[in-house]
Amino acid sequence: MLDFDAGKYAPYVWPAYALTAVIFTGLIADSLARARRWKRAVAAREQPAQEAPPN
Amino acid sequence: MTGLRALLGRELALSWGRGGGALLALAFYLAMATLLPLAAGPEPARLAAVAPGSAWLALALASLLSLERLFERDYEDGALDLLALGPAPLEAVAFAKCLAQWITTSAPLALMAPVVATALGAPPDLAPITVVAALAGGLGFSFCGGIGAALSLGSRRGGVLIAVIVLPLFAPPVIFGAGAIEAFGAGLDWKTGMALLGAYSLSAVAVGPFAMAAACRNALS
Amino acid sequence: MIAILTNPQRFMALSAWAAPTLGAIAAVLGLTGLWFDFIAPPDYQQGYTVHLMFIHVPAAWLSLFVYVCLGAASFIGLVFRAPIADAAARAAAPLGAGFTFLALATGSLWGRPMWGTWWVWDARLTSVLVLFLFYLGYLALQSAIDDEAKASRACAILALVGLINLPIVHFSVVWWNTLHQGASVFRAGGPAMPPAYLVPLLTLALAYTAAFGSLWLVRIRAEVWRRRANVLALRAAG
Repeated sequence: MLDFDAGKYAPYVWPAYALTAVIFTGLIADSLARARRWKRAVAAREQPAQEAPPN
Repeated sequence: MTGLRALLGRELALSWGRGGGALLALAFYLAMATLLPLAAGPEPARLAAVAPGSAWLALALASLLSLERLFERDYEDGALDLLALGPAPLEAVAFAKCLAQWITTSAPLALMAPVVATALGAPPDLAPITVVAALAGGLGFSFCGGIGAALSLGSRRGGVLIAVIVLPLFAPPVIFGAGAIEAFGAGLDWKTGMALLGAYSLSAVAVGPFAMAAACRNALS
Repeated sequence: MIAILTNPQRFMALSAWAAPTLGAIAAVLGLTGLWFDFIAPPDYQQGYTVHLMFIHVPAAWLSLFVYVCLGAASFIGLVFRAPIADAAARAAAPLGAGFTFLALATGSLWGRPMWGTWWVWDARLTSVLVLFLFYLGYLALQSAIDDEAKASRACAILALVGLINLPIVHFSVVWWNTLHQGASVFRAGGPAMPPAYLVPLLTLALAYTAAFGSLWLVRIRAEVWRRRANVLALRAAG
């Protein structure tokens, strides 16, 4: 059913798909890592303020 | 109008007084023109084919040179602050600066352009249109370049940053100008290309100062 | 709508469910699209390389779509001074650059077997190249100015100037190509695309769009948290 026989075009088709996968993975990983990092930073800074009594 | 004339007079005096701007741009232009045969090989036929286009391209790049100092000087010594507070709108200041840059740097380059093109092997009868195209295109390069210069005020990277910002804006005039010169050489309709080049440059003159003024205000805030 | 852009809390509340939902939609559409992609028969002209069209064209569409989003966000941020809009513009740029790079790379890999050359100076490809240069300039300007508010405004001005410029660039290359009759004109699959190709193409295009939407929201959320973290740090230090 699924046709993966690229024949002579393989050196063009598969690198293109691989590149697409790499870029997508990179963008997804970077975006999620960024969000997680700054969410934690906010949580870390907000916690001491909640625990310590305001002066 | 007297305000504008005073602004323009100041900018012209500054550009000519320093002297370096036009001469440096000319020297750079000649250096690039020299490098081209070294890179492409001295074979006359091949050089002649790329001569008009390369001369045109080198012109665009040489115009970039004096852009960095367009607003930088006044920004650093506080003159831009005073100009911003003064009676003339910043848009007029930006207009005067770019116009002065065109007169003092682009015009000499435009006169040099046919010399360079001919030296590279372009037929000498292309000289008149090369000058006209260089003058019209130079106007566009000055005003578009001014946008880049104003946007990078206060940034850390100056010259190269301006080039990177401005290159997409240079693409249309480079294409129109090169197309017009080539069409003239081939005996085809060159007027369309020249008209498009002129239209682009005039649009840059009309719209550019607003972007430059906004960028200056942002940098001064 | 305006509240989402001006009120960080409203935006965060909305994006908390919208981002993962769009991500899930993107994943489903992506897998579906790939399925339809690889059950499509080889084109009688292009052979197996037609499969490159399915990942090249969506990337090119997205590179332009992100650009428009970036321009709109810049405009709203500049005119209405909405902080979320500012953050949205900054967040979109790296994503746009990524899609543009993919459009160029896959376009080149598609061009080589098709026309025997790695690059063709036709209007669409050249416009995408200039668009890539724009993204690089935008990202460079963003990182070159230390003051964040100033950087955002400068980038917004650049985005609006660039938005006006891109159609002009496209037109100029079209014009130039009419002078040089020999240049091959790039046609994506021909005037009437059979459904076997249209379905995977559109499915993947939607998948790419949903993926962009999801990642964009995630990045804006990261930006909002980053600013909040900076504000809290300043308050703690002061």
